Amino acid sequence: MKLSFYQRNADRIRIFFFILVMFIITLPIILGYLWLVLRSFSVDMNGFVPTELTLKNWRFLWTSMKGYPNIWRTTMNTAFVALMVMAIEALLTSMGGYALSRYDFPGRSNLMKFILVLHAFPSVSLMVALYYVLKYLHLLDNLWGIILLKASLEIPWGTWVMKGFYDGIPWEMEWAGLVDGYTRLQVWRKIILPLVKPGIAVTAVFAFLSGWSEFIFINTFIFSQEFWTLSKYVKATIGDFRFADYGLLAAVGLFYAIPTIVLFFLVSKYMIKLTIGGVKG
Amino acid sequence: MKKTAWIFLSPMLVMVTIFFFIPVILTIVLSFTDMDYQFQWNFVGFSNFKDIATDFIIPKVTTNTLIYTFTTLGLFNVGSALLISLLTTSIPDKWGGFFRTLWMLPRLTPSVVYGLLWLWIFDPTEHGLLNFMRMSMGLPPQNWLYRAPMFIVVVANGFIGASMGMLIFTAAIKAIPIDYYRAALLDGASWWMITRKITLPLIKWQVLFVTAYQTLSLLTSFEYILIITDGGPVFRTEVWSLYTYHMAFSNYRFGYGAALSVVLVIMGIIFAIAYLRLFKFEALMQKPKVEVD
Repeated sequence: MKLSFYQRNADRIRIFFFILVMFIITLPIILGYLWLVLRSFSVDMNGFVPTELTLKNWRFLWTSMKGYPNIWRTTMNTAFVALMVMAIEALLTSMGGYALSRYDFPGRSNLMKFILVLHAFPSVSLMVALYYVLKYLHLLDNLWGIILLKASLEIPWGTWVMKGFYDGIPWEMEWAGLVDGYTRLQVWRKIILPLVKPGIAVTAVFAFLSGWSEFIFINTFIFSQEFWTLSKYVKATIGDFRFADYGLLAAVGLFYAIPTIVLFFLVSKYMIKLTIGGVKG
Repeated sequence: MKKTAWIFLSPMLVMVTIFFFIPVILTIVLSFTDMDYQFQWNFVGFSNFKDIATDFIIPKVTTNTLIYTFTTLGLFNVGSALLISLLTTSIPDKWGGFFRTLWMLPRLTPSVVYGLLWLWIFDPTEHGLLNFMRMSMGLPPQNWLYRAPMFIVVVANGFIGASMGMLIFTAAIKAIPIDYYRAALLDGASWWMITRKITLPLIKWQVLFVTAYQTLSLLTSFEYILIITDGGPVFRTEVWSLYTYHMAFSNYRFGYGAALSVVLVIMGIIFAIAYLRLFKFEALMQKPKVEVD
């Protein structure tokens, strides 16, 4: 039987067509990020062709901009918030998740239901009350206020995730430790904790990213320039330079986004390895 | 034994109580006061809720919220997510992974930077992407942010929202036993037939879950709207959650803002219950095996 060209190559044509469709619907993302990179290094652009390359857009890194806080101080603030949110979340969720997974105590199932019910109240619906609580604790216009808020609002979710990781570890591991004379605390620290490293890594990375990118809380609860983080810095530049200097906007934006993008690519590799490696006894 | 459990739990419980549980209670209490920037506790009964019922902007805000939520949900959070996961699982995985990674980028980009990208795409001058394309075809530039603000807000949120559904649907499709597809291919089924008769029915629960979950997220999300249009021009993209934020932090009507929040949460709960009934989610709620009660 003789087949036509289309019949013989039906699979290939379909795959080519699908890739084409995917390319077209992904185009806004591709063009957006491409522009961000190219524009930050060019004087002006004719569509997607830089007219002339320059480093002038990155001047905010070495000269101080009028009306703006020092970029390095702002970056340090951002890193501080991100790292603290990460540390608090990683520690508290790995403790809480362990208790929920391994202990039978009065009120356990009520506590777990309570955690779920809290999620009916998304953080944005609590802004007014959060403002009041921060004011009461004298944590308004203070980075610690942002850190504690961020961490606390994400801890319930993180605890559930960690509980899932603990649930995957056989009880025998713990019994073996107890028989060998460890206390429950030692068992947790020396035997169980190393086994849930993948879970801690996932929680920590997401906590870091959410702390690094935080905008609404900073925008609402921080007033002094000395406590600005990069989100506020970028928002302010958008307000001041939107129609005047896209080059500067692109450079500032790219500077802020680079760590998150780098972290994402590092971690996606790490996660693949984790699933291949699995838990070794 | 019991004591150690509380050692593990108490740090987390203290934090969650102060910064999550107390604010929840406080929001409800505040909604019955007319607190403003002077922070006076002045209980006014249900008058905030009566004000909401008669607020002349509320009908506009409600319509905006429903349009924004369900257009984004249909076109992107479920629609595009489904399309992307079906297409990327039907091409070599090298390509599929490449496109899925690109679609993850917006979610990982800080919101202000991501907002900047859309401000550029829809820039009213010839510097913007869309207007550059129009100009090269000889058409005059358009002020997109004025002409179609809701469309911009939906698209900007959609490109972020699609990634969650994409991840869940892709995982579900990859978990379908390959034998089903082999059998179908042997019977001569086309790609479209396989998708319609095998893939879609088998990922039905995931689709319903994402629909319900994302309705609730969209109902309360306003960060990107705040960055891109700030509710404007003249309330055309002002959704309920953003209106709450403006009332509280631009007009300092904290009591009224809290009342608006409470109504929003109640709307969310109503949607959640409706979805539970409609999709019969109880069937999914098996007791997890690990739960030792």
